[in-house]
Amino acid sequence: MSHSTQPVFIALQANNDTMPIVEAILADNPLAIAHEYPAMVKIDAPGRLVVKRESVEERLGREFDLRELQVNLISLSGSLDETEDEFILQWNAA
Amino acid sequence: MTVEIRVQAVKPLRNTFGHIARRFGDKAASRYQEGTYDIQSEVNHHYKPLWDQERDLYDKRRTAVEMRDWYALKDPRQYYYGSWTIARAKQQDAVDRQMEFAEKRELLRSLPEAARKAIVFALVPLRHFEWGANTNMCMVSAYGWGTAVTQAASMATMDRLGMAQHISRLGLLVDGNLGDSLVQAKNYWTDHSDWQPLRREVENLMACRDWFEVILAQTLIADSLVYALFFNHFDSKFSAENGPGLSTVLDFLTRWHDESNKWVDAVVKPVVAESESNRAQLQAWADHWRTAFLSALSPIAQGIMGPIGRDTLAEINTKLGTRLVKLGLQDHGVAL
Amino acid sequence: MTTSKAPAKKLSLKENYALLTRDLGWKPSYQTEDTLFPAVKFEGIKIHDWDKWEDPFRLTMDAYWKYQGEKERKLYAIIDAFQQNNGQFNVSDARYLQALKLFINGVIGLEYSAHRGFNIVGREFPGVGTRIAAQMQAIDELRHAQTQIHALSHYNKYFAGMAEFPHQFDRAWYLSIPKSFFEDAITSGPFEYIIAICFSFEYVLTNLVFMPWMSGAAYNGDMSTVSFGFSAQSDEARHMTLGIEVIKFLLEQDPANVPIVQGWIDKWFWRGYRLLTLIAAMMDYMLPKRVMSWSEAWDIYFEQNGGALFADLARYGIRMPKHWEVTVKEKGHVSHQLWSTFYQFRHAAGFPVWLPTPEEMDWMSLKYPDTFDKYYRPRYEHWAELERQGKPFVNATLPQLCQTCQWPLLFTEADDPTEICYREGSYLGEKFHFCSDGCKDIFSKEPEKFVHAHLPVHQIYQGNYFNADVNPTAPDFNPLVEALKYMGINPGVDGGDFAGHIDAVNWELWTKRPANMHAPTTTDTAPERKSA
Repeated sequence: MSHSTQPVFIALQANNDTMPIVEAILADNPLAIAHEYPAMVKIDAPGRLVVKRESVEERLGREFDLRELQVNLISLSGSLDETEDEFILQWNAA
Repeated sequence: MTVEIRVQAVKPLRNTFGHIARRFGDKAASRYQEGTYDIQSEVNHHYKPLWDQERDLYDKRRTAVEMRDWYALKDPRQYYYGSWTIARAKQQDAVDRQMEFAEKRELLRSLPEAARKAIVFALVPLRHFEWGANTNMCMVSAYGWGTAVTQAASMATMDRLGMAQHISRLGLLVDGNLGDSLVQAKNYWTDHSDWQPLRREVENLMACRDWFEVILAQTLIADSLVYALFFNHFDSKFSAENGPGLSTVLDFLTRWHDESNKWVDAVVKPVVAESESNRAQLQAWADHWRTAFLSALSPIAQGIMGPIGRDTLAEINTKLGTRLVKLGLQDHGVAL
Repeated sequence: MTTSKAPAKKLSLKENYALLTRDLGWKPSYQTEDTLFPAVKFEGIKIHDWDKWEDPFRLTMDAYWKYQGEKERKLYAIIDAFQQNNGQFNVSDARYLQALKLFINGVIGLEYSAHRGFNIVGREFPGVGTRIAAQMQAIDELRHAQTQIHALSHYNKYFAGMAEFPHQFDRAWYLSIPKSFFEDAITSGPFEYIIAICFSFEYVLTNLVFMPWMSGAAYNGDMSTVSFGFSAQSDEARHMTLGIEVIKFLLEQDPANVPIVQGWIDKWFWRGYRLLTLIAAMMDYMLPKRVMSWSEAWDIYFEQNGGALFADLARYGIRMPKHWEVTVKEKGHVSHQLWSTFYQFRHAAGFPVWLPTPEEMDWMSLKYPDTFDKYYRPRYEHWAELERQGKPFVNATLPQLCQTCQWPLLFTEADDPTEICYREGSYLGEKFHFCSDGCKDIFSKEPEKFVHAHLPVHQIYQGNYFNADVNPTAPDFNPLVEALKYMGINPGVDGGDFAGHIDAVNWELWTKRPANMHAPTTTDTAPERKSA
């Protein structure tokens, strides 16, 4: 199944806890762009966006369970696939 | 409560919402009160439910029982979503420690084979009993009347799922995360002759659509008998023979049950006290379901307790009778 | 005690979830499947294998309690701080508070309805995975209803029009719009419910409620609502994944499901869109500091995001919802048409209404270059002139309502904004009225259902909207006043003009800042005047 380039996004509360997560996402998704809104940061990417546990841990300085994303998550778009190591949003093309 | 803004004091114009003030007076209200009373829509419904064309969307006729005020069924634990979740999270922290310890030390996995088999036979199938309870409490939360009782039922629904998953984890502690115990336990639940009568009554209860009858049958009758038999008596017998490892991981279930009973009593008592017709109806239900579950538990009681199974069940039944009397019902000496 | 066995297997998230959850259910032997699950066949949806359901967020209850507990602790800490510091006095101005009234009186009831609706589905579906997902959403919706009540509780102590929210939800004329929306969903079968709410509302349209509006709350200094909103939105992320999973599950189970699902998508997109018109007016008119226009929000969150979604679903044979082009044509109009309507009927609203100031109209001109100056500025300037002359315009009659969405018939033809859109249909010899082709289509497919709708304006004219202790033969009997009382609206107090409203007066008294930052009165002492 080929991948689409339709936009996916993840939106997080803009606070101290999410700074390392945002950094990790931007580092691992070269085409992603972060938009800042009041109290919120929205990261858009074409077709696919991945949050990697290891990348977050590197920047956080402690163990991180990807399910912790839920505490600061505001919204998302795209089909979700979640494992211990990766939280992936993507659209599949027809 | 007053506050200083610059040099002026600002008094609130009112202390709570109108519907709360009409019930309790114009004073500061608790979060439980503000989140619970009169929240459910009551009148002016727009469409007939396609799934129940003879009734309205929210309809008091979905139970044979009548109350002037269904909000008399207030929860003594005062659980609204926030206080419930935070309480459960705290409890779960303690449970996680217990489970980590049990897993690290292989408390269940390293028991002798007969003991492991006993756990899989006696306890793990109860994950399905809990799923039946989840189904039943979900029906109450869907079709009950008034936020007070339906929110508690909704929380109970999720609690039962939590219990089902906890019991599943017990199985995994026994089989080292292979999942064999769960397959085995399901076979017992669906095929073993000792378990069938209980499964039959669980299915009979799932077919019942009077939501208050279901509260009574599930939480007052069935749960009292089941929790006492398996998590109290069987656990004692097992510990005497095998040490306390199992008890530590059953702790969550028994604590939850004790807490839940406070709610059950607080919900049944006012309904009994409201009217003679309610009392008579609840009595009839209690007698019917008590007979049904007692007889249904007899084979498995003997299966797990051995020859003292009958007496054990009789002792549990006597205690249930005492509890019914405390709630304003009669102990009709229903016996095996 | 040592063992010679191999160490216990380490389970992945997926494996753990599957073992703990997947086979909890069993095939009944002592009752039939149909007896236990009587509601899953009548809609014509075919499910061959409930186990094909993929759980998107594999949350076991222990994790649910842990993460939700953490969210609750954080949220209530903020609500407590807000209350202790009287944060309600920090919002931009007193007009912002009026937007909160729409929220408290309209949205709490919806959250609670969703709670009940998901519990129904949580019982009636046979599949374990689907039931658990529905039950989890049910309890989340209770969370939303209660956290909203708690977040807004402190506002109620100081401002009008918030104290009777359950009473108003059941009776106020414009609140039958959200109420009928959700009741339509819950009274439908479980499959339609889940498509209506999980997919159409929670997936396609939810961002339009929360994203710009919560940003708006943040822009306007409302810490309590922002915190609530963002905290609730994290639950919404799980709900959205449920929505997308549901639709794929149904479409993959049987091709016969496709046209049924498409029909529901069409219906619920349109009903949901009409409901969101309330948000359009809030965004454009009620936020003193504006984040973006309705037109911009619709473009981002429907045209672009929605477009991506439907492109993804095209492989199942699903197309964009019917009448979607109308929503694009209307995006330059609906907020203005709605606000004009509320202005005309402000004496019958549960909150005061005001005309946009020249500064605000300039913002509209910028955001709506094709429509505002041509169609709407003239009427606002005309009404402002009438106000200055002491002859404020009021609409003394009651508006005709659409039988389906229950909006007043205030929308115009998609291709001609100077013509009100009227549509008619009939059923069993009676005539019914609609605001649009979209609403007429919905009625035509299910007339027997929609004839039962409780239309408040009709009820008023039928003489049903009075409290029990009212005497219509009394000499001072005023039907409008009595209807407002029945609805839980305080006549002459809750609604009317914003200037001079009790909230505006108290606001200036308490905060020493203008009640309307764009139109400060001569008694205003604060120099702060910001443009949107």
